[in-house]
Amino acid sequence: MRILSLAGRRLAASIPTLFLILIGVFLLLQFAPGDTVDAMMAQMGGGDAATARELRKFYGLDLSIPMQLGNYLWRLIRLDLGFSSIYGKPVATVIIERLPPTILLMTASLSFAFFFGLLLGVIAARGVNKWPDTLISTLGLVFYATPSFWFGLMAIVVFSIYLQWLPAGGFEDIGAVQSGFGRTIDIAQHLILPTLTLGLIFLAIYLRIMRASMLEVLNLDFVRTARAKGLDETRVVAKHVLRNALLPMVTLIGLQAGTMLGGSVVVESVFSLPGLGRLAYESVVQRDLNTLLGIVFVSALLVILVNFLVDLLYARLDPRIQAEG
Amino acid sequence: MDAVKRYFRSPAAVVGLLLLLVVIAMAITASWLYPRDPLALAGRPLIWPFSNPRFLLGTDNSGRDIAAQIFYGARISLLIGGVATLIAVVIGVLIGAFAGFYGGKVDTILMRITEAFQTLPNFVLLLVLVAVFGSTITTVTIAVGIVSWPAPARLTRAEFMSLRSREFVQAGRTLGMKDIQLILGEILPNALPPVIVYASVVMALSILLESALAFLRLSDPNVASWGNLIGLGRDVLRVQWYVSAIPGIAILLTVLSVSLVGQGLNDALNPRLKSR
Amino acid sequence: MSAVDNPILTIDGLSVKLPKGADRSHALNGVSLAIAANEIVCVVGESGSGKSVMANAIMRLLPGEVAIDGGRVLFEGKDLASASNTEMRKVRGAGIAMIFQEPMTALNPLRTIGDQIGEMFEIHTELSKKEIKARVLGLLADVHIPDPAQAARAYPHELSGGQRQRAMIAMALALDPRLLIADEPTTALDVTTQAQILKLIKELQSRRNTAVLFITHDFGVVAEIADRVVVMQHGNVVEQGSVKDVLTNPQHPYTQQLIAAVPPLTAPPPRALSDDIILDLASVSKTYRNGGFLGRGVRVTHAVKSVSLKLPRGATLGIVGESGSGKSTLARCIIRLIDPDGGSILLEGKDWAKLSRDEVRRETQHIQMVFQDPFASLNPRRKAGDLVAQGPIVHGTPRADAMAQAEELFRLVGLDPSAIDRFPHEFSGGQRQRIGLARALALKPDVLVADEAVSALDVSVQAQVLKMLYELRERLGLSIVFITHDLRVAAQICDLVAVMKDGEVVEHGLAGEVFGNPQHAYTQALLASIPGGDFARSRVPLTA
Repeated sequence: MRILSLAGRRLAASIPTLFLILIGVFLLLQFAPGDTVDAMMAQMGGGDAATARELRKFYGLDLSIPMQLGNYLWRLIRLDLGFSSIYGKPVATVIIERLPPTILLMTASLSFAFFFGLLLGVIAARGVNKWPDTLISTLGLVFYATPSFWFGLMAIVVFSIYLQWLPAGGFEDIGAVQSGFGRTIDIAQHLILPTLTLGLIFLAIYLRIMRASMLEVLNLDFVRTARAKGLDETRVVAKHVLRNALLPMVTLIGLQAGTMLGGSVVVESVFSLPGLGRLAYESVVQRDLNTLLGIVFVSALLVILVNFLVDLLYARLDPRIQAEG
Repeated sequence: MDAVKRYFRSPAAVVGLLLLLVVIAMAITASWLYPRDPLALAGRPLIWPFSNPRFLLGTDNSGRDIAAQIFYGARISLLIGGVATLIAVVIGVLIGAFAGFYGGKVDTILMRITEAFQTLPNFVLLLVLVAVFGSTITTVTIAVGIVSWPAPARLTRAEFMSLRSREFVQAGRTLGMKDIQLILGEILPNALPPVIVYASVVMALSILLESALAFLRLSDPNVASWGNLIGLGRDVLRVQWYVSAIPGIAILLTVLSVSLVGQGLNDALNPRLKSR
Repeated sequence: MSAVDNPILTIDGLSVKLPKGADRSHALNGVSLAIAANEIVCVVGESGSGKSVMANAIMRLLPGEVAIDGGRVLFEGKDLASASNTEMRKVRGAGIAMIFQEPMTALNPLRTIGDQIGEMFEIHTELSKKEIKARVLGLLADVHIPDPAQAARAYPHELSGGQRQRAMIAMALALDPRLLIADEPTTALDVTTQAQILKLIKELQSRRNTAVLFITHDFGVVAEIADRVVVMQHGNVVEQGSVKDVLTNPQHPYTQQLIAAVPPLTAPPPRALSDDIILDLASVSKTYRNGGFLGRGVRVTHAVKSVSLKLPRGATLGIVGESGSGKSTLARCIIRLIDPDGGSILLEGKDWAKLSRDEVRRETQHIQMVFQDPFASLNPRRKAGDLVAQGPIVHGTPRADAMAQAEELFRLVGLDPSAIDRFPHEFSGGQRQRIGLARALALKPDVLVADEAVSALDVSVQAQVLKMLYELRERLGLSIVFITHDLRVAAQICDLVAVMKDGEVVEHGLAGEVFGNPQHAYTQALLASIPGGDFARSRVPLTA
């Protein structure tokens, strides 16, 4: 229970951070040319100044900026993110509709990157400076340097256009109304390329960190103790090195959560996935500032949630955490 | 210098440096080799690479010379990468140094701000900044710099925190040095090498961020950026995939060269201490 | 080869080569020695003697490019130097076990003590889980850990340093090995803990008839537990023999030099002390509060509790204590690296406890400090001369004058003045400590605070630095506050001694009286814990 209270305390400490972000971005958006009403008027094909004035009054846009900020935060506490004039529904509804593909994509990419990063990192570290290590490390550097959107496009060219193995975009086939297992398979097929595309750079990062962390732990005194006990190398790695070497990897998940969510903006655009990232892009292009602010809120919330889970996992792995107050 | 010798002992670091020099040479010679505006119509659209000696790398869907755009794009990538990195590292070192040296309340406040920036996905923040301030090359460069400073700040802070309790810094204090003398004279020279190495990571990420923004057509449309070209090529991806492929390879090699140089610097500047 | 009946382990002409680019080609050059059952052999040497390399070579645990390139290691008739990895694994833990210097890092931080000891049985025996558990508890009881069941469930960080080393010993002895290799097992421990661990090793060794190869740099430890001694220098065995012969009648000049450098425990005859008190501490206190969130669960540590001491002009006041006694915090309060919470620190009539930060900065030339770690206390990016000239420059001396002064100071502390252009990493540990001293002396302080200034040095270098300090004190009329954990060092140089425990001074007075006739139980325990106490007392002080 100490673990939970510890992570809970960290969670509580992130609430001020969340407000700091919202206030900052809200104020930033005040500098944006044009507001929601301008966007609506453009959508309606223009309108007179009186209508605009009335709409502004209706949305509270005629108030002073601190008042507007106060209003916004007060509505936020009641989980009201405002109304999207472009989509014609509450922002919360729009975001919730778009959340599942993004969460699915992130979970899949993270698992892919973490698992293979771990595996390749261990293989590289076990044969340090031999050819598997050179190959894996070089591959890691190339993956790291590959722009994800470009990799996505090239993957489409190869796997969707030439080989025609996988769909080029979308979340599922809209034509065929499927249910249950069939739909799951269909969605999985649609997610393979996006997962690889988003996960690639993180795979590169994880394998590099895992390799470095393994090499560092292998040099620690307790590994010598384990060898002095008569353990063979496989058991030394499995029972003594691995868990210690995993700690920096786990920390990294928390640190990279935001970057990964940011990466989904690009990947979802490449593969036309109806997710949160694509929504962020659309709301920038369409100047739907209410929705954009809502996305900022939700993505910060997601990052905080991931960090909470990472804290729990870390405390589970490292007994020293519980000792600290 | 030992560090220089150590750098050139690593083949990967040498290859990285050569690659980077090629990219720099491309940026310098662009206007000399291609005196015309790279975004101006040059010939028939969608000529395949190596099929017409006038357009070695072919033309894009609007009939602009791809090779010229690659050369001019090197300028944009290096410029944005360099300037944004400078902005990020300067902000990061300033904030990290103060937070790490003073600790306590100063640290808490500065770290809260850093945390806020890290909690917000950097690309989303980049979108917000571009939405608000527009997408000229200046605003994009500054925006990329602004979203990239938290990592160097954390690194600098960690270095300062470990160095400020080191005995030689305490010795400086007992000699009567002022805080600013301790920060600039004693701690910073020892904290800087890892930060300089990390700058290569920031630069690689900056180039990738700008190209992603350009790909989404949210960067400056009036300059020849590699990302712009990839975005343009997306419309003809089915057949003329080379329009997207070529600038992508340019980005890959540039980022790779920066990473390799960074790694080489790391090995040269921070050799593993053999004893102790 | 020395004649040993029924040796358990025989090392015969063992050579170990170092990777290219090291300061010498071999860590060991044809080392030969033998250990019989039921005897403790101490291998003594300073850093770089190859003693630890030898320990790891026997176990074939040498790092990467360090490798055995000659000789044999015979254990129960088998040559370990040429044994296969599989054969070696059977020997490790079961036949030969090992304990290390730093019990904190030698144990896996993420697994419980019981789990790590039990692993010995898992690898080498077919015992059931239940039996293993019972054996582990038995072993923990054998090494006198209070509440073995709880210790078995604990993680390494939850035990004290001494208990961790006990757990390591329990692990090493789990399978009743014929030979135990102990690589400086008490060096990282406090003196009272060290005495207990030495006693434990001796007790277990005689009960189980285990042979022990004990690596150490400390002749006190040798005198305490060894049956036989092997002295090593630069990868060679220079002398071996029974403990009595080597300690009382050393043959090789290096052994003689090492033994001469061991500080005696007897204080030199007292010097006349001045009535003029230069530094007067009255009820100095420092309390730390840490942890806690919004005022809950705050831990309060009284690092220094109302300490009152007086330092006469020209005298040396030793502050001795074990780790956590508050001696270093007190030193840092005196020099105002840490702000004390209460009390007064009168230096030449000014109360340092109440000076503002700016005033402290201006007044620092009156009181200077020499730090513990010769590697960490010098900025690696400044030249030696700059380091020494820095202080005067900060206080307004023109650079050229300060550099000229620095050369003078180099001569004073016994360094070559032409070395001012070199960087710290080009000097040895002892030389660096001299630079640190020159830096402190550059401001011509009235009081010098030396915080464990010789603790990180090899014993022969330690003796040289102490001797220099001794001379400088006379020549410059320095008043010194000398912080140390080593009572033998304190006995040699201090006129007055204060013994600290848990933030308090439990006893203070003239060095001769405190060491000769200790009043407080803790001081008595400390003195009784000094390894080889009789040997140390039998020797003559440095200056007499």
